[in-house]
Amino acid sequence: MSVTFAPAEPSIAGVGDYIALMKPRVMSLVVFTAFVGLLIAPGHLHPVIGLTALICIAVGAGAAGALNMWYDADIDARMARTAARPIPAGRLAPGEALAFGLTLAGFSVVVLGLLVNLIAAALLALTIAFYVVVYTMWLKRTTPQNIVIGGAAGALPPIIGWVATTGSVAVEPVVLFLIIFFWTPPHFWALSLYRADDYARAGVPMLPVVAGEQPTRRQILLHTLVLAPLGTAPWLLGYAGPLYGVVAVVTGAAIIALALRVRAEQRGYAASKQMFAFSILYLFLLFAMLLADRFSGGLFGHWAA
Amino acid sequence: MTAMSEAMDEPQTRIKLTEQQLRARRARSIAIAVSLGALVVLFYIVTLVKGPGVLVRPL
Repeated sequence: MSVTFAPAEPSIAGVGDYIALMKPRVMSLVVFTAFVGLLIAPGHLHPVIGLTALICIAVGAGAAGALNMWYDADIDARMARTAARPIPAGRLAPGEALAFGLTLAGFSVVVLGLLVNLIAAALLALTIAFYVVVYTMWLKRTTPQNIVIGGAAGALPPIIGWVATTGSVAVEPVVLFLIIFFWTPPHFWALSLYRADDYARAGVPMLPVVAGEQPTRRQILLHTLVLAPLGTAPWLLGYAGPLYGVVAVVTGAAIIALALRVRAEQRGYAASKQMFAFSILYLFLLFAMLLADRFSGGLFGHWAA
Repeated sequence: MTAMSEAMDEPQTRIKLTEQQLRARRARSIAIAVSLGALVVLFYIVTLVKGPGVLVRPL
């Protein structure tokens, strides 16, 4: 945060800039996985309370995104992918992003605690703090393991959703946590393979920058070999049906095949780009199938308050 | 008193907002108002849903 991007006051930041600060695409994945955690949990949750929990989780994720953009403005300015974000583009002062992020973080946690339950609120606070302090401020700039450990923040929302319904943690959401946790490194390493120059310019020690391409490709494969069996765990543990099982096995085989192609790739990044794109589809399909299972298994009975 | 009256006599230097800054500020103000309104409505609805139980907050 040594570089200042503050435009001359007063601010010209529009509402769209503040929405961009909240990383809406990341937020949508967070809300989706939290929704699945909330819905597959046993017990009854009134739809209004469920919706409140999801809004709080969405706003909390937005807060984490805003605080990340506040702290990482110097890095973002040096990367082509992120240079157009509101702070490096000069449309929004860092202080505005900081105030916005802290306000949203406070509101989201307090409202979740008041209207849903305190454990869910504590987990949301932990998620925001982990993403901002542990990942953004500490790991991202210091270790190539940044996204491995930092991925825990993105993996927590299904647990928060589950806890919003049940008030306690169980094995099922922890398995979902592990799926996202092991999904994150291959997903981001595939991206960082063909964005390595960007990361190197910004001084971010991503694995391809620090260790080189081949070790990164090997790590993508190793993590995918853990991820694919984990993806089938909800079915093997009996809380997802055969439809989920079939999708998990087929897409798991596909993502391993892609990881093998990434590992074998000698020139270009075609396989890496496919891996990055498919990994998003893979995670979406797994969680969508959990949702489909729940719908087919009597959704309305679940929602009845 | 003398210093105070001197300060009051000095012409005030105010920032004149540009049209773009005014528009942006108005949009932000409306967004804040809508957000706070939504929060009030949310608390109102949850109070109706929970009834007297709104004061009971299980862990």
